[in-house]
Amino acid sequence: MPKDTGIGASPKRREDVRFLTGKGRYTDDINVAGQAHVVFLRSDVAHGRIKSIDTSAAEAIDGVVRVFTAKDFEGVGGIPCGWQITDRQGNPMQEPKHPILAEGKVRHVGDPIAAVVAESASIARLACEAIEVDIEALPAVVDMKAALSDGAPKVHDDLTSNLCYDWGFVEENRDAVAEAINSAAHVTTLELVNNRLVANPMEPRVAVGDFAAHDQSSTLYTTSQNPHVIRLLMGAFVLGIPEHKLRVVAPDVGGGFGTKIFHYAEEAFCTFAAKQLERAVKWTCTRSEAFMSDAHGRDHVTKIELALDADNNFTAIRTETYANMGAYLSTFAPSVPTWLHGTLMAGNYKTPLVYVNVKAVFTNTVPVDAYRGAGRPEATFQLERVIDKAARELGVDPVDLRRQNFIREFPYQTPVAVEYDTGDYDATMDKLLSMIDRDGFAARRKESESRGKLRGLGINCYIEACGIAPSNLVGQLGARAGLYESATVRVNATGGLVVMTGSHSHGQGHETSFAQVVADMIGINEDQIEIVHGDTANTPMGMGTYGSRSLAVGGSAMVRATEKIIAKAKKIAAHIMEAAEGDIELKEGRFTVAGTDKSLAWGDVTLAAYVPHNYPLTDLEPGLEETAFYDPNNFTYPAGAYACEVEVDPETGQVQVLSFAAADDFGNVVNPMIVEGQVHGGLAQGIGQALLENCAYDENGQLLSASYMDYAMPRAGDLPMFQVDHSCATPCTHNPLGVKGCGEAGAIGSPPAIVNGVLDALASGGHNVGHINMPLTPARVWAAMQG
Amino acid sequence: MTNVTMTVNGKSRTAAAEGRTLLVDWLREGLRMTGTHVGCDTSQCGACVVHVNGVAMKSCSVLAQEVDGAEVTTIEGMANADGSLGTIQQAFQDYHGLQCGFCTPGMVMSAAALLKENPRPTEADVRHYLEGNICRCTGYHNIVKAVMAASGQQVAPVAAE
Ligand code: FES
Ligand code: FES
Repeated sequence: MPKDTGIGASPKRREDVRFLTGKGRYTDDINVAGQAHVVFLRSDVAHGRIKSIDTSAAEAIDGVVRVFTAKDFEGVGGIPCGWQITDRQGNPMQEPKHPILAEGKVRHVGDPIAAVVAESASIARLACEAIEVDIEALPAVVDMKAALSDGAPKVHDDLTSNLCYDWGFVEENRDAVAEAINSAAHVTTLELVNNRLVANPMEPRVAVGDFAAHDQSSTLYTTSQNPHVIRLLMGAFVLGIPEHKLRVVAPDVGGGFGTKIFHYAEEAFCTFAAKQLERAVKWTCTRSEAFMSDAHGRDHVTKIELALDADNNFTAIRTETYANMGAYLSTFAPSVPTWLHGTLMAGNYKTPLVYVNVKAVFTNTVPVDAYRGAGRPEATFQLERVIDKAARELGVDPVDLRRQNFIREFPYQTPVAVEYDTGDYDATMDKLLSMIDRDGFAARRKESESRGKLRGLGINCYIEACGIAPSNLVGQLGARAGLYESATVRVNATGGLVVMTGSHSHGQGHETSFAQVVADMIGINEDQIEIVHGDTANTPMGMGTYGSRSLAVGGSAMVRATEKIIAKAKKIAAHIMEAAEGDIELKEGRFTVAGTDKSLAWGDVTLAAYVPHNYPLTDLEPGLEETAFYDPNNFTYPAGAYACEVEVDPETGQVQVLSFAAADDFGNVVNPMIVEGQVHGGLAQGIGQALLENCAYDENGQLLSASYMDYAMPRAGDLPMFQVDHSCATPCTHNPLGVKGCGEAGAIGSPPAIVNGVLDALASGGHNVGHINMPLTPARVWAAMQG
Repeated sequence: MTNVTMTVNGKSRTAAAEGRTLLVDWLREGLRMTGTHVGCDTSQCGACVVHVNGVAMKSCSVLAQEVDGAEVTTIEGMANADGSLGTIQQAFQDYHGLQCGFCTPGMVMSAAALLKENPRPTEADVRHYLEGNICRCTGYHNIVKAVMAASGQQVAPVAAE
């Protein structure tokens, strides 16, 4: 029976009512009395030396408040990077300065050169055009391998080269892996590109900086997934504002997908300018501007080799990846191709030896950082593609080859540092096969052929590391932050609760699902619980929402805080009912004394906590409010098996996705409706990557895909209905809810299924194509078919 | 700046507009009705869809002065008279047709226009009609279901498929 309340139920989302009636409060809906508006003048060349900037004509325009350039930021820090990678020689990565406004050089199209603050955005825009900038264009580096060649133009003159780092993992295994590959019965090699994407949350970024002269405090309203992280980075490293004088608010946020994790120059600018001008300063990003200023995602060029023995057991994997950093290091950029990627290269398989080499490269392009999945989609794509290619080369069934190599014993220590706590890859594969009628595929293929179409079936597995992350571990790996999460549970006198979480909801429905968890623990109605998030002024320090961590880490903090509440409430109940604390039980919102008919309602106890007349005051403080910080002791490992059927039109190369099935193991599930919605959204982004989306630069560093005219977002007509299942649940063994996280799975697992499916379709038409790079546009598929 | 007057969700409203003021900015800045959203600058995302004289339009591609005197319906005008969610809004909530909510106003307004033209659309009809509305969160699956359900057709319940 589906439950209708608490954990496992699918109550309707409470946040929907405000969104459906136009009452959402997004950052652009916020206006501060007396605010001015800022527009940034951005570079239209990819690389150049700034010879002069003349702002006098702009300043003379009526309504212009002030024009800022780099010289106004002397003594102000650059935008910091939150993760330091150590290279193969043990040296720290090269870390260039990332100024708020370009200093001396522009390094990508979109790099901000000047900022005009004016009475209105339209005046500011006009004034931007009146700024005279003399830029000496320099040759740009766009291609990563070219950027590393001798004599290549340097993105940063003060660095030794365009190489950010050359990372090897596990470095000690390098020779053993080479040896295993040299002596293998079969080696399958695949070179591929993981295409550059733009996250494109539908809400463009917005920042409103405000300054209160009376107490000298700053407030920033911003479209962020992690307001506390922004407060820490911007306050401590950029502007030198202590936390108690800086409030960061991320109200309703219209999607993030990673790109709203990072601290951006525009946020620091608005906060800084508001203080200088003693009036609020607002910036609203246009979509065209977003394409050249939001951090991009993916952009890896990889060679992977899979070695197999004579019985088709995987014996070693070696990869060499070039990872584009863009022109500057975005907040978590260095971690994405390394620790979020290399540690997943074992996949669902017991490959004993793995060596991953990653060269991170500076180019004259927009910075690249985490996008839904971040490193894990890149790992999954190479691995699941090379396995499919191996199956084809060896003439074995791709499902059988995977199954033969599945990890079946848990906990499982991989050769790439992480230890999987639990999983059952056969179960999700069995479930998947039961969903897709594989036996009927041959008949369906015939039917497609009768219409002149080629039909393919693509199958793959995935695993990801979520619930990010154990702080001591990531500290050793170079993170400059802890990755715990926090919750404060405040019980009010009449029994209602406010839960203040350091995580943030920007579409995930935390206000609904978090309330389910707490309601379930206490046995009260969900509508007695308010979930508060997004404002550093009223939530405990937390690291925010990304990496499918909110429930696994933030939810665990909330469970711990609620446990403290219940423990204290039981003490109060024991005192009032004159019973031993150990005999008190809390069920369905009532405290009872075991073996008696004595009972007290939840509200009686909460009232006693705040009106402590009959109360153990000598032993217990009044009040009922608890905070917990939860630091996970491992990652969580959602995993699953995905399949799709595609049809290719051999005349045009057009690919149509006919069906898509996903069998996921997310451990326990709090709200199945929300979980399924997360999978649907992830699938759409993964299918978008595989078939449609591509962020393209020309060789001069001009961004070719800078609007929805040129960047193909998946639309309703591009996608099928999805079949999703999460019934194969092996609960996480190390967090109190047994949850693993579900936000990124769809985006991680779906691209290889699509490519495998298309290549299967082509093979059925006699086109044995080893690989086609994403996106699989009609032109690329058609060209591949011509040989 | 000249004053522009429209009947917005049944009420006469007046606010100033420059010649270049877009309808969406007139609504958001002039009337402080922020339910209608801006998701792009090339008239491609549909976050800004409203009804002008009964026709669905992207309010980012209409000048306010051009539609002086028009009857405009926005997301703020879609609830029932008693304040409860209208049929389409309710279906979006029931079938989890929204996540971050940013595309939602435009989706609901487009869906309303579709159902007026075509009261019992097929799945393909819905997908085709919504080509001008981008959603980055839902993968459209539950939006399609919500629109079909709002048209009175049977669809599978959420989380039980
Ligand atoms: S704002 Fe994107 S279509 Fe109007
Ligand atoms: S619900 Fe977020 S864009 Fe559609």
